[in-house]
Amino acid sequence: MLSPLILISAVLNGLLIGAVYALVALGLTLIYGVLHIINFAHGALLSAALFAAFFAYQKLGLDPYLATFLLAPGFFALGYALQRFIIGPASHGDDRNMLLVTLGLAVLIENALLYAFRADTRTIDLAYGFRSIDLGFTFLAVPRLISFVAVFAVALALWLIMSFTDTGKAIRAVAKEKLGAELAGIDVAHIYAMTFGLGTACVALAACLLIPTYYVNPSAGNAFVLIAFTIVVLGGMGSVPGALIGGLLIGVVESLGGFFFGESLGQVGIFLIFIAVLLLRPRGLFGASA
Amino acid sequence: MKAFLPIAIVVAGLACVPLFVHSNVVLNFLLVTLMIALAGQGWNILGGYGGQYSFGHAAFFGAGAYTTAILQAHYGVNAWLGFVAGVAAGAAVGAIIGGLAFRAGLRSSYFALVTLAFAEVLRILTSVAPITGAGVGILIKLDLRAQSFQFQSRAIFYFVILALVAIALIIAQLLERSRFGVWLIAVRENEDAAMALGVDATAVKLGAMIVSAAITAAAGCFYVQYFLFIDAGIAYGTWISIEALLTPIIGGVGTVFGALVGALVVKSLGEGAKLVTGDVPGLDLMIYGAVLVLVIRFAPRGIVGALADIYAHVTRRFVAPRKPAAGVAHG
Repeated sequence: MLSPLILISAVLNGLLIGAVYALVALGLTLIYGVLHIINFAHGALLSAALFAAFFAYQKLGLDPYLATFLLAPGFFALGYALQRFIIGPASHGDDRNMLLVTLGLAVLIENALLYAFRADTRTIDLAYGFRSIDLGFTFLAVPRLISFVAVFAVALALWLIMSFTDTGKAIRAVAKEKLGAELAGIDVAHIYAMTFGLGTACVALAACLLIPTYYVNPSAGNAFVLIAFTIVVLGGMGSVPGALIGGLLIGVVESLGGFFFGESLGQVGIFLIFIAVLLLRPRGLFGASA
Repeated sequence: MKAFLPIAIVVAGLACVPLFVHSNVVLNFLLVTLMIALAGQGWNILGGYGGQYSFGHAAFFGAGAYTTAILQAHYGVNAWLGFVAGVAAGAAVGAIIGGLAFRAGLRSSYFALVTLAFAEVLRILTSVAPITGAGVGILIKLDLRAQSFQFQSRAIFYFVILALVAIALIIAQLLERSRFGVWLIAVRENEDAAMALGVDATAVKLGAMIVSAAITAAAGCFYVQYFLFIDAGIAYGTWISIEALLTPIIGGVGTVFGALVGALVVKSLGEGAKLVTGDVPGLDLMIYGAVLVLVIRFAPRGIVGALADIYAHVTRRFVAPRKPAAGVAHG
């Protein structure tokens, strides 16, 4: 029979994986909030970051959690450069072009990874990779607990940046009123690129948190990003608390859906939520206006 | 009829190819290219003329492919009837997705996401449902007779897909010259302004979506007849959503020949790269991605648009001095 303890353990594991979803979604929602486009290259960048974390461990012997201090700045710079020198100039100020350019970059990055590393799935073995805490009725993987805490730390750091730094204030100004911000002397192209950099850094952090328990291949990031789209839409595009709560919620839905209906139909559940929210309440649970 | 002359010339030119080329490799390449051009022309009707960028045209390609495959494999329905049913099914799926999305007022990023999500839902459902062959897919019985829409000679298949592409080109040309087409372009350029002038934007976009879906579904039906196999990853995979979007954008978005030119260029580049380096996975798509970014950066109106600009530039330089007024009309 169904014991409530099994359900509780499914919910707990859903919350843990949901935190990482939230982090991926955070990057996406940040970019949407300011640039008003969905970054379709997000998944490919996540795959690239997973590879970077993998090779940092394999070649340099760098622990994934330490690698964050290398990869987060690195991917921030990459994101900045992508927006400043490729996406921005190529979009000619048209949202639709921006969508297409990020899609083109996604295809380019994903297949460059495929070309370089083939479709093989790789994993790393860490001493703590399989360590878990016994709660009596269920086990919680230590790396996932670490990532759960780390995600909230990152969200807090992001909130501090947005609230108290000049760059953060400029980002919020551009998000609210682009023309006004420009007139006030804010370099909009720079702020766009900073935002894109921050969003990409979130992806690098997510990759470092994922790699101890997850695998990497050229399309590994896509699975997360389709979920992240759902979270961003559910939480309200551009809303940071929305992304966090949406991420946890989707983690639980997926965990319970997989528990009751099997893994692939659990995914259909996520997409149906996604479509339903888009059609019925496109501004999401916490979004301001569509 | 003068407007249709370029279409007649291009189609007649392409129709001559099998007379001179007997290599199966070349014919196969052109066949697949024309099939992608057909799928891309479908996308072009909605995306190019209507400005609604769908990221999930696989939904229509797959609906067409699976409808004809299921009817043939499970119910013994004639392949030609299956083809018609497949196109109708694609149009119906287009009407459902379009009806929901446009009524909800989804634009830009939201529209791209919802179309993508529908294609993914269909992909997952077909990969588990028994009627679609679940993970295995559907094989069509080999029956090389014209009444089964299967042909011994590749050249006949080539003429069939060329005829379908010709129809799609004519549809685009008719659209450009019709009242409906003008409404559609008005919606693309400024939806609010078009509505203020009395255009029913939702109905216009929905109509374009149905036509668009039907054309892309025809490509899916053709795929099944040619390869005699379909599975969820092919029918609803992101590859077809991307190629359907890539070809008109690269060739010339919202132009009659955009999808055809784009398909020829993109597929030639992909095959050319394979000839140079051997068949390395990822290389052709890598090139597609790079070309997409470069075209948007340097030729946002695609190859056809860039050629038109060059032509206008050249004629202005050599002809305009004699007719000073012409320069204004070009702008």
